[in-house]
Amino acid sequence: MDFKSSDTLRDGPHIPGPRSGDHLPDTVSAAVKVVIVGGFGVGKTTMVGSVSEIRPLTTEETMTQAGIGVDDNYGSETKTATTVAMDFGRISITDELVLYLFGTPGQERFWFLWNGLFEGALGAVVLIDTRRLEVSFDVIGRLEERGVPFVIANNAFPDGPRYPAEELRQALDLDPDVPILECDARRRASSRDVLMTLMRYLHELALARV
Amino acid sequence: MTHPPQPSRAEPPQRERRGPDGKGANPERLYTITGGSEGAERAPLDLVTLIIARADPPPAAPPEQAALLRLCKSPLSTAEISAYLSLPFSVVTVLLGELLAAELVQARAPVIRGAVADRSLLEAVMHGLQKL
Repeated sequence: MDFKSSDTLRDGPHIPGPRSGDHLPDTVSAAVKVVIVGGFGVGKTTMVGSVSEIRPLTTEETMTQAGIGVDDNYGSETKTATTVAMDFGRISITDELVLYLFGTPGQERFWFLWNGLFEGALGAVVLIDTRRLEVSFDVIGRLEERGVPFVIANNAFPDGPRYPAEELRQALDLDPDVPILECDARRRASSRDVLMTLMRYLHELALARV
Repeated sequence: MTHPPQPSRAEPPQRERRGPDGKGANPERLYTITGGSEGAERAPLDLVTLIIARADPPPAAPPEQAALLRLCKSPLSTAEISAYLSLPFSVVTVLLGELLAAELVQARAPVIRGAVADRSLLEAVMHGLQKL
């Protein structure tokens, strides 16, 4: 294969890249992001997939960290390396603006290590499953530590306990203004409503700051 | 209307709140991302920094750079580049650092970076979501 001839490789079937309908227009000048967090298996990747205009993609990063506090990784005292995968999707907002949604297939305690994932994010969606409410405690705490605004989306599984919103608010120890809503992460309209709720909440916060 | 009683789970588990000023916050800052970046003075690339190629790949470009330049004939986020090239994000940022230095690509920075989203931006996003 001749790598020096760019045209021979261009648009070849073996070259990875966006499918024909997945190209962004040249006019796109800015991007924003929202992070979908929650415990393992609550439907984060499902939500990304249901609203994304492109087939969800996966990016990954290798983290090297001082081996304290996070994991007892084979007794290593120096550094541990962890590969963190992140699923993401995209929604074109206007010809100039595009929204990216990041979720993760698991390992929730690791993706807070991802440099810059939460910095610059508009906000976060915390997906919860009432059958395992406690798995969301840690991510909510980490968002609070970082000052990332969030809404709570209860991905309502049919066999999950149904708590009134106020009981959920109390259990999760949330301020009265943090929105809590039910959703079905498999449904595009429902996932869209969750994002709308987050945007309205952020809008209220922005108004309150003036 | 009433919810049916849930005898097995009468009360949900209780979380303890944290705050941005809490002690022990952000212990994760101890990490470092690996990667061979020597150009620490450059603005950091975000996952949603949009990249667009400004030129065709030079004949001498290494295959990864050439692939990246072909990929970015229309704008793509660094996250998408990472996904399509199956390269870790930090590797992509190193590649992009070289291409930015050579002025072969242009970066369109994210709208906000650690700042508060402004209302007109949020209104635009809401309007866009309504069309979904």
